[in-house]
Amino acid sequence: MKSKRIFIKIIYAVITIFAVLVFNYFLFRVLPGDPLAVLARNPKASPEMLEATRRLFGLDQPWYVQFFQYFKNMLTGDLGTSYYFRQPVASVIGSRIMPTVIMVGLAEVVAIILGIAMGVVAAWKRGTKLDLGTLGFSLITYSMPTFWLGMVLVVIFSINLHLFPTSGILTPGMTYPTIAAMLADYIRHLIMPMFTLSIVLFGEYALTMRNTLIDVLSEDYITTAKAKGFSNGYVLRKHAMPNAMLPMVTIIAMNLGLVVAGTIQVETVFSWPGLGSLMYEALKARDYPLLQGVFLLVTVSVVIANLIADITYSYIDPRVKD
Amino acid sequence: MNYREFRYRRLKEFLHAVRNNKMALVGSLTLLFFLLVAIFGPIFVPFSTLEFGEVEDMLLPPGGEHLLGTDDMGRDVLANLISGARISLLVGVLATAISMVIGCAIGIVSGYFGGRIDQLLMRFTDFFLVIPWLPLMMVLAAVLGTNIWNIILVIGITSWPGSARVVRSQTLSVKERQFVERTVSIGASSGHIMLRHILPNVFPLVFANTVLVAAIAITSETTLSFLGLGDPSQASWGMMLHYAFESGAASAGAYWYYLPPGFCVVAVVLAFTLMGYAFDEILNPKLKNR
Repeated sequence: MKSKRIFIKIIYAVITIFAVLVFNYFLFRVLPGDPLAVLARNPKASPEMLEATRRLFGLDQPWYVQFFQYFKNMLTGDLGTSYYFRQPVASVIGSRIMPTVIMVGLAEVVAIILGIAMGVVAAWKRGTKLDLGTLGFSLITYSMPTFWLGMVLVVIFSINLHLFPTSGILTPGMTYPTIAAMLADYIRHLIMPMFTLSIVLFGEYALTMRNTLIDVLSEDYITTAKAKGFSNGYVLRKHAMPNAMLPMVTIIAMNLGLVVAGTIQVETVFSWPGLGSLMYEALKARDYPLLQGVFLLVTVSVVIANLIADITYSYIDPRVKD
Repeated sequence: MNYREFRYRRLKEFLHAVRNNKMALVGSLTLLFFLLVAIFGPIFVPFSTLEFGEVEDMLLPPGGEHLLGTDDMGRDVLANLISGARISLLVGVLATAISMVIGCAIGIVSGYFGGRIDQLLMRFTDFFLVIPWLPLMMVLAAVLGTNIWNIILVIGITSWPGSARVVRSQTLSVKERQFVERTVSIGASSGHIMLRHILPNVFPLVFANTVLVAAIAITSETTLSFLGLGDPSQASWGMMLHYAFESGAASAGAYWYYLPPGFCVVAVVLAFTLMGYAFDEILNPKLKNR
C-alpha cells in the first residue's frame, strides 16, 4: 500500500532528524577548551562567579543530564542564547529567515524555469551551437566557486555599470515616501544575489533536462507517436516532456546541498541578511550556540525537503510500485 | 598472453582512448600545465608569498617586476598564484585519497557482504549524504581548527559518502562475475577476495568518480578558505580571494588581485570535471551511444 511506504519514509526521516540532533549535540561538545574560557579571561571574574555561571548554564551537570536537557530544550524550541547577539538563538534566526526564503525561492523558480526551457531547446537542437553553448555554460558555472561568480558580477553590474547596489537589503539611511518605493528598493537589492544563485543552479537543471529529454526522445513510444502523425510540438509537449520531468523532481531535491552552499556564499558576498550570512557571521564570531542552531535548522529543513520530494515523486511516477 | 601482458595492453588502450577523446585531452593537458607550474613555478618567480611588502608596493597594477601586480600587502600576485597551485592541487589530491579510501572500504564491504551489514552501512552513509556539505564542513572546520591538514581531513570525511555509494554499486556488479564464485569455491577468505579481486576490478569503474571528487575537493577548499576557515599560513587560491574580498579589492578596481585566482580555480576544476566525464565515457561503454 502506498500509504504504508510513505509512512515508513516519514518514520525514517524522523529517525534521521533525531540522529542529526544527537550529532549536533556531540559535535559541539567535542570542542577543546572550556566554554567559559571567554569569561575566564576577564581578570575581574572571581572563581565564585565562574562557578555560578557554570551552574547557570548547567555545565556542572554530568553529560547525560546535559544531554536530556538539550533534548528538552530542542522540543520546546529553546535553542540557547547567542554569545554574539545576546539574544535567544531562536529569535535571531527568526529575524533572518524571510530574506533567505524570498531570495532562494525566487532564485530556484527562475533557475528551474530557465533550466527546463534551455534543456528542452538544447535536447531538441542537439549538437548545434545552441546545445554546445548551453553545455559549455553549465559546465563553466558548475566549476566556478559561487562566491567568485558573485564578486565578478558585482564588479560588472554594480561597480562599473552602476545598475544595482553592491550589498545589503535596503539602502542605509533611506526613508521611503510609499511602500511601493521601499519595495522597489528591496527588489533592486534582491536582483543581484538572486541572479547569482540562479546562474549556479541553472546549469545543473539545464544539463539534467537536456540529458533526460535526449534519453526519452530515443524511446520507442516517441517514434510511435511520430509515426501516428502527430506534430513534433505535440509529441514534445504531450509525450516527451511529462516523462522527462520526472527526474527533475529528484534533481531538485538532490540539489538542496548545492542550494545551501550557494546561499551561504551569495549572502556573504552581497551582505544579504539571511540565514546564510548568519551562519558566516556566527562562524566568524565563534558563536557556537548560534552556529549550532543554524546548522540544525538548515539540516532539518533539507531532510524534510527531501522527504517531501520523495513522497511527491512516488505520486507522480506511476512506475513506483505500491 | 599472460595476465601482465593483458593488463599492459588494457592500459595502452585506455591511454589511446584518452588521447582521442577531446575532453580528456583538454583536461589532462590543463592539469599537466598546472602541475608543472606548481612544481617549477617558484624558480621563475622568486618573490616571497607571505612576507609583507613595502607600503608603496601595495596594490600595484600588473607590469614591470610584478607580472600580475601586487596585493594589498605588497606581495607579488603571480608568486602567490603559483603557491596557490601547489596548495590547491595538494589539498585536492590528498582529500580525494582520504575520501576514496574510506569510500572504497565501506562500499566494497557493504556491497560484498550484503544483508544486514549492507543495510547498516548504507543507512550510515545516507545520513551523511543528507547533511548539506558546506554547513557540515564549516562546523567541522570551526571545531577542529584551521590548519591545512585539518582542512584536508574535513574535506575527505565529508565527501566519502558519495564515493561509497558508487563503489558499492560497482561492487554489486563485480561480485556477480564468475571468477568471484570460483575464488570462493577454492576456499579464499572474504578479505582476500575483497582486496585482491574485487578492488582491482572495481577501481577502473570508480576512477571517473574519483576525478570528479577531486574537482569537488578543490572547490571545497577554495570556498572554505574564502569563508575564513582556510589556513592563514598557506597562500591558496581561496585564501587569496578571501583577502581580496576582505580588503575590498573589487571596489578598488584591483582586478589583477581577484580575477587570476578565480580563473585558476575554474580552469583546474573544469579540467578535472572534463576528465571525469571523459573517463566515464571511455570506461563505461553504455554511455558511448549518447
